[in-house]
Amino acid sequence: MITLNINGQAQEVDVEGDTPLLWVLRDTLRLTGTKFGCGMSLCGACTVHVDGKATRSCMLPVSAAVDKEVVTIESIGDSQVGEAVQEAWQRLDVVQCGYCQSGQVMSAVALLEENKAPSDEDIDNAMGGNVCRCATYVRIRAAIHEAAESLA
Amino acid sequence: MTRHIENESRRRFLKGSAGLTLALYMPWSMAQGTGSDGTNGAVETQDFEANAFLRIDEDNNVTVIAKHLEMGQGTYTGLATLVAEELDADWSQVQVESAPADASRYNNLHWGPNQGTGGSSAIANSWEQLRQAGATARAMLVTAAAQQWQVPAEEITVEKGVVKHSASNNEASFGELASAAAGLPVPSDVALKDPADFTLIGKRIPRQDSADKSTGRAVFTQDIHLPDMLTAVVAHPPRFGAKAGSFDATKAREVKGVVDVVEIPSGVAVLARDTWSAKKGRDALSVEWDEADAFTLGSEQILERFQALAESPGTVAEQRGDVEATLSEAAQTLDATYDMPYLAHAAMEPLNCVIQLTDEGCEVWNGDQMQTYDQSVLAELFGLEPQQVRINTLYAGGSFGRRAAKKADYILETAHIVKAIDGRAPVKLVWLREDDMRAGNYRPMFHHRLWAGLDEQGQLVGWRHRLVGQSVAEGSPFEAMIQDEIDPTSVEGASNLPYAIANFQVELHTPSDIGVPVQWWRSVGSSHTAFSTECFIDELATETEKDPVAWRLEMLAEHPRHAAVLKLAAEKAGWESPLAENEDGGRRGRGVAVHESFNSYVAQVAEVSVSDDGQVRVDRVICAVDCGIAVNPDVVKAQVEGSIGFALTAVLYGEITLTEGKVDQSNFHDYQPLRIGAMPSIEVHIVPSAEAPTGIGEPPVPPLAPAVANAIFAATGQRIRRLPLGDQLAS
Repeated sequence: MITLNINGQAQEVDVEGDTPLLWVLRDTLRLTGTKFGCGMSLCGACTVHVDGKATRSCMLPVSAAVDKEVVTIESIGDSQVGEAVQEAWQRLDVVQCGYCQSGQVMSAVALLEENKAPSDEDIDNAMGGNVCRCATYVRIRAAIHEAAESLA
Repeated sequence: MTRHIENESRRRFLKGSAGLTLALYMPWSMAQGTGSDGTNGAVETQDFEANAFLRIDEDNNVTVIAKHLEMGQGTYTGLATLVAEELDADWSQVQVESAPADASRYNNLHWGPNQGTGGSSAIANSWEQLRQAGATARAMLVTAAAQQWQVPAEEITVEKGVVKHSASNNEASFGELASAAAGLPVPSDVALKDPADFTLIGKRIPRQDSADKSTGRAVFTQDIHLPDMLTAVVAHPPRFGAKAGSFDATKAREVKGVVDVVEIPSGVAVLARDTWSAKKGRDALSVEWDEADAFTLGSEQILERFQALAESPGTVAEQRGDVEATLSEAAQTLDATYDMPYLAHAAMEPLNCVIQLTDEGCEVWNGDQMQTYDQSVLAELFGLEPQQVRINTLYAGGSFGRRAAKKADYILETAHIVKAIDGRAPVKLVWLREDDMRAGNYRPMFHHRLWAGLDEQGQLVGWRHRLVGQSVAEGSPFEAMIQDEIDPTSVEGASNLPYAIANFQVELHTPSDIGVPVQWWRSVGSSHTAFSTECFIDELATETEKDPVAWRLEMLAEHPRHAAVLKLAAEKAGWESPLAENEDGGRRGRGVAVHESFNSYVAQVAEVSVSDDGQVRVDRVICAVDCGIAVNPDVVKAQVEGSIGFALTAVLYGEITLTEGKVDQSNFHDYQPLRIGAMPSIEVHIVPSAEAPTGIGEPPVPPLAPAVANAIFAATGQRIRRLPLGDQLAS
């Protein structure tokens, strides 16, 4: 048994230690908001926060998440920044197919937690690991600026 | 909250499976749930099921039944808008639910007796149908109110979900009238609104799916969990046409969580309790592939074959005047070749599907794009009647044409696995990114050759366009569209080139000995024909020293909608004034293209910067679009933005290549998607129109590649005749 701290709750899971955190979240804990896209940390669909840092969960062995605080899309709206980002996302209708958007939101929140007024360049750097094949990038950029303003 | 069951299919679904547990993972779980009395059973109420597209419950919820797949294009929002407009509903009371698979009610009116989504047809084919659905329900609500209040129906108004009779001071919500309306006869001749009275159509209406997709609550196929479900990951052969010879599953079966290993026609499937165990099991398999029928050519050899074919005349797809004589007598002739590679769709959600055999037949959970066809192939495999195949159409995490699988490949693969285990458990097939990338059904590779004849005045008098590439319609449910050896989707955009050219011929070679499976990819034939035609026109303009916009306009006198978007894009881009220089040096250029597809007209002006070492950056794209009435201008804008980003991926990086029959690419490191830093700024201008709506999901894709290539020429003097750009400009 491995004990994890997911969204502020202790969770005991019976999985092999090499299982990526992504599959523990999705298949074991049924927290399916975090998505599988590439399995190689190339697309960011699986982004969660580990001790506050945006982290690709598809290549992180679950054993490496022990004793760390893991936050997923399911609870990010509980934080002030998370709520602001999700509201901006909805005001600007950022989403299209939506599959990558959990990861986009998680990366955007991590950015705004560190940088209260990111420039376009800051956004491009922080969000460069999150692929959107629908190419909603224009609105992602705008929504991050809008969330930053709403938090200011 | 009142609970209700909307239709027969869901009732059976709940009876035949695990009720509430399952419902938690269903998109319609919002409408289902534990009631105030604490029970979770099904209770019938007096819902007003006005027609196949609309249900109003006593809680005043208006539920629109969407017959089309929502894959990002915003169709749930658009379809609901059509109903809500004529119903005069308040947008906040409107919700959307996916239709069951039933072509008798939910067929695509552009596809005959088939339910499905594609060809940018969702709003276009639903335009009359769904407004009628809303208007009919409105009329019944008004009749119900008139009877209750004993007033003339003509004096009743409906606004934002409120039915009102001012003189008698009566008003009611839709929910309050639902029961009464449900008992009324359905009127047959209901008038639709004058467009001047639209309150929702043409306005910015928030998307239906924004909240669920911004919070991780939206349910995709990947998210389905059924009791006792097994997850399958498949070892696929390394070459198209190969199959499993023998395999050793000893090590795979030793992996904790692995339950079974079965051979299926498309490979060897490992079934496990969870995805990661299935993947580990798949990786532990040892398979000897039988490659007797495998396709073993590389993409360079395919290109050589295409080039050889282009030396001889093809089957004539379109002809007017005498091209041969014109070209031989012309004052000046030019010719050029253009090459476009295979492209993967690479949607963010890798392909997947869930199938369960039930007492009644079979049940499918899938971001399903061709329900009627998929029902037929599954029915055939399982020995069922098509209507025994129930499809729960979920959100698709992108498709770009891929989920309209022309031979239902991933769906059939799931079904074969279910069959191989005698249906003893529901199966979720998960393709890993590598499976998705290498499974074929690509946008076909195309080789184009064009010849032009100019007279002494530089007028374009002759045009010959020869295309070489595989047919996407061949072997598909749409095969009947191939007439006289011409797949119209191979030449669309080329055979209907709008320019006034007296002598004109389009020829097609369709090689049938290439074993790479091909399929429609966002904008289909126009994804390659716009590139070659609009680049070649630009080359001719340069050759004759004409302005690319003015010259096109001269030749578009008979095509006012093309001309209008071209003029608008040029004007908004400041075409007449020089492009500002970059502060950091580097060359800049501006290029233009115009193209019609799916009855929508799109012109784009691209502005690019090219660094000294040949790096191209698209800075800005100005787009003008005429898609008839823009039902939701903000969704139209979003589709333009997304299409430009999608098309730019193909311009900059997109390429599936093969070496000795094996696909070289596997994941996003070698099949690069556009990332946020390369996204240009985009301006969208929608031409006001009173015409019926036409497509928008695909039409903004085609003009981008030629506009960018023409801009690169303007910046560098170098013609781009091969996609992707890659490092062609590197010095």
